[in-house]
Amino acid sequence: MIFLDHLINGLSLGSIYAIIALGYTMVYGIAKMLNFAHGDVIMVGAYIAFCGLQYWGLPPVVAFLVAMVFCTLLGVTIEGLAYRPLRQATSLAVLITAIGMSYLLQNIALMIWGANPKAFPTTFINDTSLHLGQLNISSATLITIMANVVIMVTLTLFTSRTKLGKAMRCVSEDRGAAELMGINVNRTISLTFAIGSALAAIAGVLLCSSYPILQPTTGSMPGIKAFTAAVFGGIGSIPGAMLGGVLLGVIEIFGKAYISTELGDAIVFAVLIVVLLVKPAGLLGKPMREKV
Amino acid sequence: MMTKAKRKRLIYNLITFGLVIAAYLILQNMIDAKAISRSLKGLLVPICAWIVMAVSLNLVIGFSGELSLGHAGFMSIGAYTGAIVSGWFLSAFDMQDPTLRLILAILISGVVAGIFGALIGIPVLRLRGDYLAIVTLAFGEIIRNLVNVLYVGTTDGKLYFSFLNKNLPEGVTMLVDGAKGAVKIKPISTFTIGFALIILTLIIVLNLVNSRAGRAIQATRDNRIAAESMGVSVTKYKMMAFVTAATLAGMAGALYGLNSSTVVPTQFTFNQSINVLVFVVLGGLGNVLGSVISATFLTVLPEILREFADYRMLVYAVVLILVMIFTNNPLIRSMMNRLFGPVRTLLRGKQKKAPGGDAE
Repeated sequence: MIFLDHLINGLSLGSIYAIIALGYTMVYGIAKMLNFAHGDVIMVGAYIAFCGLQYWGLPPVVAFLVAMVFCTLLGVTIEGLAYRPLRQATSLAVLITAIGMSYLLQNIALMIWGANPKAFPTTFINDTSLHLGQLNISSATLITIMANVVIMVTLTLFTSRTKLGKAMRCVSEDRGAAELMGINVNRTISLTFAIGSALAAIAGVLLCSSYPILQPTTGSMPGIKAFTAAVFGGIGSIPGAMLGGVLLGVIEIFGKAYISTELGDAIVFAVLIVVLLVKPAGLLGKPMREKV
Repeated sequence: MMTKAKRKRLIYNLITFGLVIAAYLILQNMIDAKAISRSLKGLLVPICAWIVMAVSLNLVIGFSGELSLGHAGFMSIGAYTGAIVSGWFLSAFDMQDPTLRLILAILISGVVAGIFGALIGIPVLRLRGDYLAIVTLAFGEIIRNLVNVLYVGTTDGKLYFSFLNKNLPEGVTMLVDGAKGAVKIKPISTFTIGFALIILTLIIVLNLVNSRAGRAIQATRDNRIAAESMGVSVTKYKMMAFVTAATLAGMAGALYGLNSSTVVPTQFTFNQSINVLVFVVLGGLGNVLGSVISATFLTVLPEILREFADYRMLVYAVVLILVMIFTNNPLIRSMMNRLFGPVRTLLRGKQKKAPGGDAE
């Protein structure tokens, strides 16, 4: 029973990682950059939802939508202001800019909401639980896992069936050729950031519903772990992000439960290193050939 | 006959050493004359440590072109090793001379951090770009996690290590106490040793950069494929830069750790790595003198300007973004050249010996 409890906790945490990892993997696949600030967009999303509920008195669904819209705009703004001027620059320059952006968001949040952790309202998702024999599954867990599946299916359909989704795949494969075929590369990259950031808002609310402590650094650790998950599953691959996220969540919870609580993070990162050494393309990624 | 490039390099190196030595002499005289405030005096050793950190990180980022985000991890290895070595030598060999103990602690910390650097570098340097950055970050976090559950004690000249639980024999003197960090350190760091460490770092880094190996390191940065096809072993040279930087960071860590009475794992978080990154970026990637100046300036500034200290990280974040955009966007660069180009040529024409506007 305890084993199953851990497994369900792991699946829930893993689903949150998976949703965050989707944002990383899409941006990485299309803009070829590690958006370090993605984790902090999660934090902003959670704060907006928190404010919507606590200060502005919005109903949960509206607060949630406001957070999503805000994060979408934020993501597009970040891309336009900081990353677009560096389209031609080396990956080192882009990565340093992204780290700067991550710190900027954290410190702005620190100025607005202060360093004291805020208790995220549990009223967001009604706290009822499902009883299966001796198992207790909270509704937050169920919703998280379901949201993950829905998002993944929607995204897969979007990228494979719609015109915009196909444009995204083209840009990811060959930016120059896509441009020649009349695809607006800048707009496609903006769209990717918009989708990734909207997902980040969802992840933020789900994360804080399960782990209700909200502070400016809330997003950074899950963000880095979700990137690990994206690499684990194969960066650029949508099913890969989901698989990697879920596996990583389960590994983390089991590691904490059966090996050592203090070493939970170390175990997660050790997984990353082993994966990169053994199968650098990730579980579902395609090995990339280098063009000279 | 010296070539122009060689002469330029020599002048740059002389200016770097000259500035550091001059700063040391002035500060040492001020200390002797008691003309220096207490708070500034307390900052001298940390400044030395941060300069060494910045210069060594610059070797990795500026010269080998790889972003390492775990530099604070090596510093913490150095700080812990330094504390353990110093405490052990004092109790086991009754080594009372603080200077000798400090020098030995710094050297051993450098070796230990270098070994860790090599162990980490072997897997990490097979990766590239963003992956390398995130894996070094992961290593920094793993190291922090591990020292958090490390217990070290000494008794009768023996060292006892324990992991995860405090499983040490009775009556040991604790040197490292888990999350409490390295405890009861005798602060033995001095400004003179710190200065000597800076000079050692500058000699190592500037010589390495201007040697055949250094040119190979920079070739792998500028074009990996071209360098590889010319027979340069990319992994070997990246490894050389990485391990050298790790060793120096370990030494800086020992100097920094032995300057206070406790060292806790939370001192060496990812934030510290970013701090050093800001020193390097603001000083200029690949510019050693720039790193020295910006590390000094940015360590002193929060202390004298309390208002600045509150907004330090915010300002740093903006600095990182703006410096990157201004130096990498072709449009802004050409605009800057048009604005400042005439001034620069004017300066170059007038004083032929000044090495351009490279430094800050």
